[in-house]
Amino acid sequence: MYQYDQYDQAMVDARVEEFRDQAQRRLDGKLTEDQFKPLRLMNGLYLQLHAYMLRVAIPYGTLNSRQMIALGDIADKYDRGYGHFTTRQNLQYNWIKLEDAADILADLSKVEMHAIQTSGNCIRNISSDHFAGAAHDELIDPRPYAELLRQWSSFHPEFTYLPRKFKIAVIAAETDRAAMRLHDIGIQIVKNDAGEVGASFYVGGGMGRTPMIAPQIREFVPLDQLVTYAEACLRVYNRYGRRDNKYKARIKILVHEMGAEEYTRQVEEEFAHLLEQGVEPPLAELERIKPFFADPAFEDGPKSIDRSDPDFALWVDRNTVRHKHDSYVSAVISLKPVGGIPGDATGDQMRLMAKLAKQYSFDELRVMHTQNIVLPHVRIADLHALWTELEAADLGAPNLDTIEDIIACPGLDYCALANARSIPLAQRISEKFAKNGRTEELGQLKLKISGCINACGHHHAGHIGILGVDKKGTENYQLSLGGSEAEDVSLAKITGPGFDEDGVIKAVETVTDVYLETREDGERFLDTYRRIGMTPFKEALYDK
Amino acid sequence: MTNENLHSQDLGTSPDDVQFRFRDDEVADHGTVTVDACCDQTNATAVRIEPGDDARVLLPFLDRLALVEVNFPSFGDGRGYSAARILREAGYEGELRAVGDVLIDQLSHMRRCGFDAFAPDKPLDEDDARRAFEGFGNVYQSAADARESGRRTIAELRHE
Amino acid sequence: MNILTGNDLKTGEVVWWDGQNWSLSVHDAVDVGGMGEQILAAEEAARRVNVPYALVASRTEEGVRPAHIKDRVRALGPTVRRDLAVPTASKTGWDWVI
Repeated sequence: MYQYDQYDQAMVDARVEEFRDQAQRRLDGKLTEDQFKPLRLMNGLYLQLHAYMLRVAIPYGTLNSRQMIALGDIADKYDRGYGHFTTRQNLQYNWIKLEDAADILADLSKVEMHAIQTSGNCIRNISSDHFAGAAHDELIDPRPYAELLRQWSSFHPEFTYLPRKFKIAVIAAETDRAAMRLHDIGIQIVKNDAGEVGASFYVGGGMGRTPMIAPQIREFVPLDQLVTYAEACLRVYNRYGRRDNKYKARIKILVHEMGAEEYTRQVEEEFAHLLEQGVEPPLAELERIKPFFADPAFEDGPKSIDRSDPDFALWVDRNTVRHKHDSYVSAVISLKPVGGIPGDATGDQMRLMAKLAKQYSFDELRVMHTQNIVLPHVRIADLHALWTELEAADLGAPNLDTIEDIIACPGLDYCALANARSIPLAQRISEKFAKNGRTEELGQLKLKISGCINACGHHHAGHIGILGVDKKGTENYQLSLGGSEAEDVSLAKITGPGFDEDGVIKAVETVTDVYLETREDGERFLDTYRRIGMTPFKEALYDK
Repeated sequence: MTNENLHSQDLGTSPDDVQFRFRDDEVADHGTVTVDACCDQTNATAVRIEPGDDARVLLPFLDRLALVEVNFPSFGDGRGYSAARILREAGYEGELRAVGDVLIDQLSHMRRCGFDAFAPDKPLDEDDARRAFEGFGNVYQSAADARESGRRTIAELRHE
Repeated sequence: MNILTGNDLKTGEVVWWDGQNWSLSVHDAVDVGGMGEQILAAEEAARRVNVPYALVASRTEEGVRPAHIKDRVRALGPTVRRDLAVPTASKTGWDWVI
């Protein structure tokens, strides 16, 4: 994986000192909260419902054991012994003191980590395919391009006070594991007819209160113009994105109101101009980055497992994914124990996952946008030993992509913006389906819960989505069906009137019953919904 | 106020309001007009860009401009950064003055986008400002500072 | 009653205005009547509290109860981590929050 050189390290170190100075000026009263807020946000520091919250960037979701250990140690030293992995492949601490924040950033910088641009109206941490470099179906590893863009977007002088936050995802496979088209910019690395590698640009997707799927605006950008094209996309947005209404300020609204064609025309014009300006880093820089992501030394070994232990066999079937080398798999560590808090891990669990990564996965871990952890390169021969250790640490739940593998935002339990709690719903739903034994039978079913319209829990992209709303001071939940964040991207539709907490849990059970009764061979919940439409589900939910 | 009045009114900051300046020439002390007025008046030599203005309409007149003020009514509105770079990319070499809600923590980015004079609404602490201008030693992006001072990006330094 | 809450500037802890100082317990909150804005402005300017705001609450047998669920979650802690509850607020049960 990527390693800092003296330049990268100096940037991060300088940022730590800058933030230390800013925090001190706030404590001294030289900065008002209004002035300090955007500065602390650009260092990932929020003021949440109970305390300050610090969001640490995990660039394109990749980290090594040393970094994971540091995250666990920070949880114990400065927080209350745990952290929360997020849908942007980052980690959040919930109980941070302002007076400790600069020290935490200093601890992070020692392991080449930071919290830069994890919030604020700037270019956020760039996300990518969590199986990058391991997936059997990828064209090439997308992470060198993500790293190139990480550097370009860090402290960008022109794009630090954008109309609104800006999220970029980079993938390089037809299978979309990063919700690419639900980003402000989604980039797919592709090959053209001539066999050259380049980038397809999709601009103006997003979730939030106005979900939109990004249209493609350029089929092929040559690799030596990648940064320049991104700069053109951003400049048009910075100049013309709406600033009169916070809720209409994302680029998806600009692209929608201007029309994708006109937006594209303006980007192309700006692009032609910027090509003359020499803003592109030398191609040699990309070539320098690439070897950091070279394959580890894979070795041939056993290609199958001993299935005599049914619990182990189930975990392998559920939680491991085909690797490009047939003696390896990518193994998913579920952070969704039945009845647990999605995405939470204790300091001890983080250190254990780090140890296992070092032992079994060439010292590498990934954070999934579904709030689980991946060991990307595990020898099939090592799976039983790995599983045994995971089981002992309550990290062996065999539920990847099942109804128990729920995405949930922190919700009203932690978040100052939330209208309703998300986590208790996730806990109760996973308990219910684990208990009634339907999890396995339901197969792939992506359930996503957001505690407010900002959609951090990706409910628009859930096969089943739940949105918490405030109904006259009480929590209420809207159910939606038919969303997908994958290559078959679609936005979920609301079923009808909302439910209270017990009611929405019952409603989830009802729609899964409809699916089980009407599905045809091999259909997932989403396929059945797409075939039969909303009506049968609505009838079951509301016609009593 | 009618448009006619606006044309003749000096909108700008005075040289006394300029707290930091990175130029050797005389401080421009011209009547500053709106972008619209600048396009209509053939003799205007100083203009003030508001966030909603398109800096590119000034490009035909750059030769006669000695001062461009870019107003930041609120520091969170970042359109002025694009305006500044666009002018520098087009070869504008006159004074580019950031005015309005200009604060310590925006100075280094403004400088990198091509601003070479600063007239904050409220005077800034000189020590804090000096540290801010010194900024981070190196930079990842090529911006107006590459043109102005030949500053090399980190990627360029890596591959010298 | 009208009460005041905010976060401690340095530690981020949720605090409630007890008439003299900022307390960690919601039950210490006092009715500020129409003085809310004035107190908030002075306290924030003195940096004794961060991002403070006024809210409506009622005095019950169990103590001071904010009208909105969000403020009750603030007062007690995350309902999903009862082990981390604010100790002084816990004379109420968790049903108090919902």
